[in-house]
Amino acid sequence: METVALEINGVRREVQVEPRTLLAELIRDHLGLTGTKVGCDTSQCGACTIHLDGKAVKSCTVLAVQADGSTVTTIEGLARNGALHPLQEAFWAKHGLQCGFCTPGMIMTAADLLASGGNPTDDEIRHALEGNLCRCTGYENIVRAIREAASQGTGVTA
Amino acid sequence: MTTDVTEATTTDLIGKPIKRVEDPRLVTGSAKYLDDLTLPGMAHVAILRSPYAHARIGGIDTSAAAAAPGVIGVFTGKDFEHLDPLPCAWQAAGTENFTATPRALEIDRVTFTGAGVAAVVAESRAAAEDALALIEVDWEPLPAVVDPEAAVAEGAPQIHENAASNIVMDWSCGDAEATQRALGEADVVVEQRLVNQRLIPNAMEARGAAAQHEAATGEYTVWMTSQAPHVMRLLMTAFVFGIPETKMRCIAPQVGGGFGSKIYLYPEYVLMAALAEKVGRPVKWIETRRENYVATTHGRDHVTYLRVGAKRDGTITAISADTYANLGGILSTIAPGIPTTLYGRMLSGAYRIPAIYCRVRGVYTNTGMVDAYRGAGRPEATYAVERAVDLVARELDLDPVEVRRRNFIAPEAFPYDPAGILNGLKYDTGDYEKTLARALEIVGYDDFRAKQEQARRDGRYLGIGLSTYVEMCGVAPSAWIGVGGEGWGAGLWESANVRVHLTGKVVVTAGTQSHGQGHETTMAQVVASELGVPLEDVTVEHSDTQGTPFGYGTYGSRSAAVGTVAVHRSIQRIKEKARRLAAHMLETSVEDIVYEDGKAYVKGAPDKAKTIQEIAGAAALGYDLPPGDEPFLDDTAYYDPPNCTFPFGAHIAVVEVDAETGEVKLERYVAVDDVGTVINPLIVDGQVHGGIAQGVAQALWEGATYDEDGQLLTSSLMEYAVPKAELFPTLELDRTVTPTDVNPLGVKGAGETGTIASTPAVVNAVVDALAPLGIKHIDMPLTPERVWRAIEEARA
Repeated sequence: METVALEINGVRREVQVEPRTLLAELIRDHLGLTGTKVGCDTSQCGACTIHLDGKAVKSCTVLAVQADGSTVTTIEGLARNGALHPLQEAFWAKHGLQCGFCTPGMIMTAADLLASGGNPTDDEIRHALEGNLCRCTGYENIVRAIREAASQGTGVTA
Repeated sequence: MTTDVTEATTTDLIGKPIKRVEDPRLVTGSAKYLDDLTLPGMAHVAILRSPYAHARIGGIDTSAAAAAPGVIGVFTGKDFEHLDPLPCAWQAAGTENFTATPRALEIDRVTFTGAGVAAVVAESRAAAEDALALIEVDWEPLPAVVDPEAAVAEGAPQIHENAASNIVMDWSCGDAEATQRALGEADVVVEQRLVNQRLIPNAMEARGAAAQHEAATGEYTVWMTSQAPHVMRLLMTAFVFGIPETKMRCIAPQVGGGFGSKIYLYPEYVLMAALAEKVGRPVKWIETRRENYVATTHGRDHVTYLRVGAKRDGTITAISADTYANLGGILSTIAPGIPTTLYGRMLSGAYRIPAIYCRVRGVYTNTGMVDAYRGAGRPEATYAVERAVDLVARELDLDPVEVRRRNFIAPEAFPYDPAGILNGLKYDTGDYEKTLARALEIVGYDDFRAKQEQARRDGRYLGIGLSTYVEMCGVAPSAWIGVGGEGWGAGLWESANVRVHLTGKVVVTAGTQSHGQGHETTMAQVVASELGVPLEDVTVEHSDTQGTPFGYGTYGSRSAAVGTVAVHRSIQRIKEKARRLAAHMLETSVEDIVYEDGKAYVKGAPDKAKTIQEIAGAAALGYDLPPGDEPFLDDTAYYDPPNCTFPFGAHIAVVEVDAETGEVKLERYVAVDDVGTVINPLIVDGQVHGGIAQGVAQALWEGATYDEDGQLLTSSLMEYAVPKAELFPTLELDRTVTPTDVNPLGVKGAGETGTIASTPAVVNAVVDALAPLGIKHIDMPLTPERVWRAIEEARA
C-alpha cells in the first residue's frame, strides 16, 4: 500500500491505496466523490476529466500515486457557496446535457478551456472537446453552453 | 363535463422551453448512477467471457481462481441450471420462430464472442478481475459464420439445433403477387443491394447491475441500468426464476443513456440476483467498455435486395424488399420484432405506393446480439425508401425534390392506409409538403444547385441530399401489437398515478423510465399546466417497481405519446373530483363550478373560489366530503393508445467530397421536423440534435466489423468511430406542428426522428456529389477509403 496525500476540492486528504490504483478510482471509490465518471477503458471518453494542479486531465489515465502532493478539483468542487459555477449554469440553461453521464467531464474540460481566457470560437470549442464524447446531444447545445459561459467573461475559473 | 374543464384550463407551460428540473443534480455530479451505488457488505463480480465465436465447453476448472486472494466464490453455468433461459418476448407474427436465448451463464456451448461462462465474486473489483485469468476452460472451437447471407447458404455451420439453415424466422408483409405484377408493368425498375451496417449503441454509461437477497423472506432487490424496470421484474420472476413478482424489486437508478440497448433482459441481471443469493451478500457488476462492445446488443445489420418500379414521370408504383436481418448468435429479448413489425410495415415511407412487399429472413450468425437501437427498424426502412426515391430520380434524370413531391401522400388523404402493410393501422396526420418546402427554403435549394453547377465546372464535388421521412412512434395499441397481432408478448399501454398531497404538492409516479429524456420536466409541465400549480410543486417519480404503477418503459418514442397521456388522463379525473369537492365547499352544484388556473370557482363569480391547495387539504383531511366521495385527490390511469403516431419531416444534408482523398465534409445540416404538439421545445430540439448525430455517424463513420472467425475487430472506442464535436456543423432546426388526433395532447414523439431521417439524407448527398462520375450508390459507412475506392473504380 502507498500513501497518497492531496488537496481535493479545497480539503486535504490522505489515503492508503494499492500502487495500481488509478486516480479516478481514488476519487470515486476511496473518497466517495462519484461525480467523476468512468465511461471507457481506453482513455477515449473523457467522462473522468478532473483538474490536476489546475489542468484538465483524464483521471483514468493517472495513477493515484502520481497525484501525491497535488491539488485536485472535481465536479463537486465547482459550485461555490451554494452557487453553481457559470458553466454549470450555462449547461443547464442551454440544455447542454441529457443523460448527464458525460457532463462532469465536459464541464471540467470546458472550465480548463475558459480558464485560459479569451472568447473561443465555436470551432475552437469543438476542438477543445476532442477528448470528450457525448452520445446524447450531438454536441450542439454543449457548444452553445460553453459559448454562453465564455460570453460572461469572468468567474469561469474552476 | 370533462371537455368544459379542459377548455377552461390554462396551458401556459405547454410549448415553453423550461429548463430541466433534473439538471441541478446532473451538473453538480450528485446524481447516483449504478456504479455510484455502494451497499453494506457489497462484493464485486467479474465475468469470464468466451474468446471464441462458436465453441463447445468441455469443462471449466475454477479451483485456482477460487483460491485466489480476495475471492469469495467462482461460479459457472452449471451452478444456475435451475434457472430457465431468458425469454424471447417478441416473436415475429404469423410465422414460426426458432428461438434460442441466453442463460445467466452459458453451460455447454457459446455462439458469439463475449458470451458469459463463469463469474468471480470477490472483495474488490480488481481481485475479481485478477481471478478471471486463473479460470481454465476446456474450449472446443467450432466453425463460425458471421455473414447472414453465408449463414443461410448450404453447408454453413449450424448454430442452433432447432434453426435449420440458421433461420430464426421467415416473415413477410404486403402483397407479393400485386407487387410482382406492378414491377412487371413499370416503365423502369431500379434494383439495388443495400447494406445497413451493424452499429454499436455506445451509451456513455455502460451497463451494470447490483443485487441483494433477503434470505429470511426470499426477496430480491436488483438495481440495473434499464429502460424498463417493470418489464425486467416481470421477465425475471415469471420466466427465469419462477417466483411471484412480489418477491422482486427492480430499480433503475440514474441511467446514462440507452438508445435501446438498455431495454432488454440481459444474462448479467439474472446472474447478479442469483449470485447475491448464492454468496449471501450484495453484489455489483459494472460492465467495462470492452464488455459493452461484445456483450451489449448491437443494432441494424440488414442486407436488402431492393426493387423499385416507377412510371417515366417519377410516380413510384411498387417497392419490393428482400431482407436478411442478422440477429446474432443468440436472441435478445425483442430481436425478431424489430426487423419485421418496425421495418417491413414502414416501407411505404411518406409516399403513396400502391404495391409493397417485404420478406425478412432473421438469421443467426456467430456475432453479438442484435436488437432495437435508436429508431429500431424505422431507420432501416427509411434508408431503403429514401435511397429508392433517389435511385428512381437518378434513373429518370429527375430532380429528387420533384420525385418526392410527385409521390407524397396528400394532406387530405389522412388517415392513410399504406397499401395495407400496417396491418390495420393508418398514418394519423401529416402535411409532408410543408416540412419539405420549409427545409428547401432554409437550405436555399435552387441557389445551391446553381453553386453546385459552378463547383462541378471547377472540379469540386458538392452534393445535397434529402430525406422526407415518416416514422412510427407511441407504440402501441395493445390489441394491434400483442400476440394476436404483431406477436409482442404483452400489452403496450402506459400508466401514471397522480396524488395531490394535503399541502397541495403533486406527486406523479409513472411506469415509464427516463434515461436522459427529461421526463421529470416534461410530465411536470403537463401537470402544472393542466392543474394550474407552480412547476416546482410537481415531483415526478419513476424507475422503481416499488412505488410506481406497472408500465412497459421507455423506448419507441412512447413516453410522451403514451406515458404522458396517462398522466394527462389522471389529471382530468383529479380535476373532476376537485370540482365536486369545491361545489360541496361552496355549497353550490358541480355544474356551476369552473376549474381554471389552479382554482375551482363559481361560474360568473370568480371570487367565490377554492384553490387546488384548499381543495387538496380538505380532500386529505376528509372531515367534510360530498356524499359518496372518498378522501384524497388520487388517481391512477392506464392509457392504451388507439393508434400509433406518425411524425414526419424533411432533412437536408449538404456535403463536399474531396475526390483525391475520399473525405466527406458535412457542410450544412437542415432538419424540419413535425412531431405534433411540442411540450418542451428545448428538450425536443435536444432529442433531434442527438438523433441527427447518431444517424449522420452511421452514414459516414460508424460500423461494427467482425473477422471471419467472429472476432469483433471494432471492440473499443479506439476502433469504433463514435463521433466527436469537431465533425459536425451547427445543426439548423425548424419545425411545423401538425398535432396527432390519436391523443388529447396532440403529441407524436421526438426521440428517434433525427436518427431515422438523417442517415439517408447524408448518403443521398454524397451520391449526389459524385453523380458526375456516374456513381449511383456506395454502402455505408462512407469512410474516406470507401468513397475513394468508389471514385477510383468509377474513373477506371
